[in-house]
Amino acid sequence: MQQQSLEKKILSSVPTIYLLGLFLLPIIIMIIMSFRIPDEYAGALPLINVSNKSIHINTSLDSFKFILNSPFIWTLCLRSLKYSIITTVLCLILGYPLALLIVRSSKKIRDLLLLLVIVPFWSCFLIRIYAWMIILSPQSVISYYINHILKIFGFMPVNLLYSSFAVILCLVYINLPFMILPVYANLEKHDNAMIEASRDLGANAIQSFLQITIPLSMPGILAGSALVFIPSIGMFVVSELVGNNCALMIGNLIKQQFLQTMNWPLGSAIAITMTLVVLSVSGFVALLAKKYGGLKYANA
Amino acid sequence: MKVFSMAMLDIQNVSKTYEDNLIVNNISLTINAGEFFTLLGPSGCGKTTLLRMIAGFVTPDSGKILLDGKDITHLAPEKRPLHTIFQSYALFPHMTVYDNIAFPLKMAKWEKVKLNEQVLELLEDVRLTKYMSRYPHELSGGQRQRVAIARSLVDRPKLLLLDEPLSALDARLREHMHVELVKLQEETETTFIYVTHDQGEALALSNRIAVLNHGKIEQLDKPQMVYTRPDTHFVADFLGKCNLLRAEILGIDYEGKYLKLRVADSLEFDLFDLDVDTPNMYFVGQIGWYFIRPEKISAKKTDIDDEDLFSARVFVKGYYYYGGETLYEFLLENGTKIQAMLSNTKTEQSKFYTEESLVYVAFDPQAGNFLIK
Repeated sequence: MQQQSLEKKILSSVPTIYLLGLFLLPIIIMIIMSFRIPDEYAGALPLINVSNKSIHINTSLDSFKFILNSPFIWTLCLRSLKYSIITTVLCLILGYPLALLIVRSSKKIRDLLLLLVIVPFWSCFLIRIYAWMIILSPQSVISYYINHILKIFGFMPVNLLYSSFAVILCLVYINLPFMILPVYANLEKHDNAMIEASRDLGANAIQSFLQITIPLSMPGILAGSALVFIPSIGMFVVSELVGNNCALMIGNLIKQQFLQTMNWPLGSAIAITMTLVVLSVSGFVALLAKKYGGLKYANA
Repeated sequence: MKVFSMAMLDIQNVSKTYEDNLIVNNISLTINAGEFFTLLGPSGCGKTTLLRMIAGFVTPDSGKILLDGKDITHLAPEKRPLHTIFQSYALFPHMTVYDNIAFPLKMAKWEKVKLNEQVLELLEDVRLTKYMSRYPHELSGGQRQRVAIARSLVDRPKLLLLDEPLSALDARLREHMHVELVKLQEETETTFIYVTHDQGEALALSNRIAVLNHGKIEQLDKPQMVYTRPDTHFVADFLGKCNLLRAEILGIDYEGKYLKLRVADSLEFDLFDLDVDTPNMYFVGQIGWYFIRPEKISAKKTDIDDEDLFSARVFVKGYYYYGGETLYEFLLENGTKIQAMLSNTKTEQSKFYTEESLVYVAFDPQAGNFLIK
């Protein structure tokens, strides 16, 4: 008995060390960093300063004060939220029917479609964004025809690249599989008898979908939404490559603070502020879902 | 005995093929209003497919299904005035017991006050009023079953289809539900079509049974007839323990309407009241089986002197004690096995005959019949 519990302790220590080392420790470092004072050129002043027999601790709330008083940071923060929400909704609108199609296909076609969903992961994320840059660039065939049509109707030509449109398009493109897969995994578990029962009891195909399929897939929808919403809020590569200065997101600013401006305390403070914003948004959605009753049966 | 005369459901020459397998092979049958009708057969016999055709989940390749004279073959499931009780119950897990039962009424757009009244009445009927705000996963198997029944009966359908509804319950609860189902069926005057592979269930519940095998109806009759007068070897075997002994026709008497048989190469007796006039039904020298249920056979230590009974000397090979009765395996003198189910009515012993002793069995030949297929 004693030995068994020791074994259990050893086994469970591996993930515990992993979590402590790679998750908790960086967060603690970030939190401490956000309260430190930036150095003149880069990084931060030493946390503890020993001079003239006195110990001085260099901390301040300046970074957070700066964030609160900076409309620019809040603009980026709100824009990131907006883009991420739009991305999540679009992924849901596109991904849900696709997941449903995959589930209702025959075994052969289902495997093929699933493969097609996963295939993009085989090439590098950056390369795929570069591909979109080429597709959206003013010299591309697509841009040419769109502007040609706009000209016929008397509109000014548009630049598809370096716009909020391009950023959201690429965010949706990158994140779509993360919506499709959890929703698919959920829909796949549904008992077909449930759908048949609803039809049998007088619901037509649309009523059956709205009253049975959608509520039953709420756990999948929530998981997929979290997997899309949370990473897209912090993504900076997409907005940097296809958004440029027109559609900067909060991730770009954080990256800038760390790598260009070298103001690590401010970068950390922005990151922590953003984390709190994301947590409160997710918490609010989870609360709504619980109130709505969508997850009451999740463990049934 | 109730008499059902009004034809309600008329199935005409219905067939269905899946991937080159003929699952339902040209089945025709008529089910009467108010009847408890059972489709009985082993798995893969087509009984569930037939039920799903009636419910509207499967479209037959050919043939027609008429409900009250109206062709419903291609009607969507939600437009059919009937409901199904699924093997898994298929209760909606995100709805309370109340909402589950109210679902069909909401779909039919019932007025709120009337809907509430009706749901409460059904909850009362199945004794679940206390549980109406619980979710399905908070109920026991039997309670879930009752919710499924209430949900299917709440809008008073004329026809209820039951797809092995009791197979997930334990034996005791199943017996209890048998009584409940029959009571409910009589009270609501609903026609039940019941699918099962359990012959005991079929015999206990039904007004009529259709025994299915390989997509065809082997026999359609009252439970007593299907059990004691099976038409085929398959039906005889599927409905319970039986002796199927090789038999040969020695002679046919067209006037006395009887067959002279030689059973198991050694026993010779006559079978009366047979339809011997049907041309080509029987001929002398024809080989078939003599069928008799084990409980129709009795045993004694000494030879039985009774004119009506046929007796033979047998060797006791072994026995299986079942509590209420004991199944004996006897061997005739030429080695043919014959089973007898003997009731354990005596108080002092459960074991009448020791193994490897010689006893006499006796039976009324008319208790069995001659099968040619």
